[in-house]
Amino acid sequence: MKLKPQTTATRRARRSEQMILFRIAHQLFAISANAVQEVRSADGMTGRIAEVPRAELRKVRHVVQRGERTVYVIDGGIQFGIPAAQSALVFVLRDLRAALLVDAIDRMASFTALHALPEAFCHEERGWYRGLVILDSNVIPVVDPRGLLSRGDLELLDANEHAPAANRREVRASA
Amino acid sequence: MTERSELDAQSYVLLRLEDRQFALPAKRIAELVPLSRVFRFPHCSPEVEGVLIRRGRILAVCDISPRLAARPLKNRRLYLLAVRDFAARPESVAVPVTGECELISAEMTPATGGQPPHVRGWISHDGNVIEVLDLDNLIPGPTAAPNAVQAGVPQEALP
Repeated sequence: MKLKPQTTATRRARRSEQMILFRIAHQLFAISANAVQEVRSADGMTGRIAEVPRAELRKVRHVVQRGERTVYVIDGGIQFGIPAAQSALVFVLRDLRAALLVDAIDRMASFTALHALPEAFCHEERGWYRGLVILDSNVIPVVDPRGLLSRGDLELLDANEHAPAANRREVRASA
Repeated sequence: MTERSELDAQSYVLLRLEDRQFALPAKRIAELVPLSRVFRFPHCSPEVEGVLIRRGRILAVCDISPRLAARPLKNRRLYLLAVRDFAARPESVAVPVTGECELISAEMTPATGGQPPHVRGWISHDGNVIEVLDLDNLIPGPTAAPNAVQAGVPQEALP
């Protein structure tokens, strides 16, 4: 499923943002529809099992070559510390070399307000989320795609990719 | 109480956490509100339980009992909405309490060196010496937040 970016005119008219609500295990998240270039079945992506250089990058499960770009597929369950994720879908992220494995899409929704993450949240989660949205009296965290892989993470992963590729094997990128 | 000591006295809210009593400066208390649903999502700040919605705003819920009384508060009945000064701006935080809250006027003796940073001083009430808490050193705050929306009220969704 290809997603078209929202036009500036549409944005100005509505003063709102389209978001994809998705699940990882029991947890509902939101991500800007503009940030997602493509949604694919995890079974349909061919890539390699990632050989991660550091334990904190074990969230990177697969490496996929898309044209000239190397895209790193991140397990959303590991990223957010949620056990028993099913990882059936992959969000290929626009303008980023990261993709996110999620369990399921819940629905699309439009939001006019993004609430700040309260300041008492003071650790890594400040990089994970752009903020919070309220939908049907529920609070849903809005994932910041830029927080999935830092520049340092990418440099490490790239360096590892360019190292001699011993024992790499092509696999179906399902979780 | 002399005229001078009346001027020096400030209002404090007494709260009970397990078997201990603590005080917070009343000027740092915005409201005492009934319990409401706490929304939880993945995060790495163990002092924060989740968030609640109050008048369209999203507030963090922080149980200070584990730090002060060594275990989570059992019989919570209300939230004390207390104002904590973060680097960016003051922000209300919901602190679960038992409901045994009392407003008193007292003179505080400031804490001297060697006390935990969250102890601002002491007041005397009904023959007891009660710690006055410093929320800014009790409730955690962030370092720089590169990707997050600036704290505060809802913003337009799009930059």
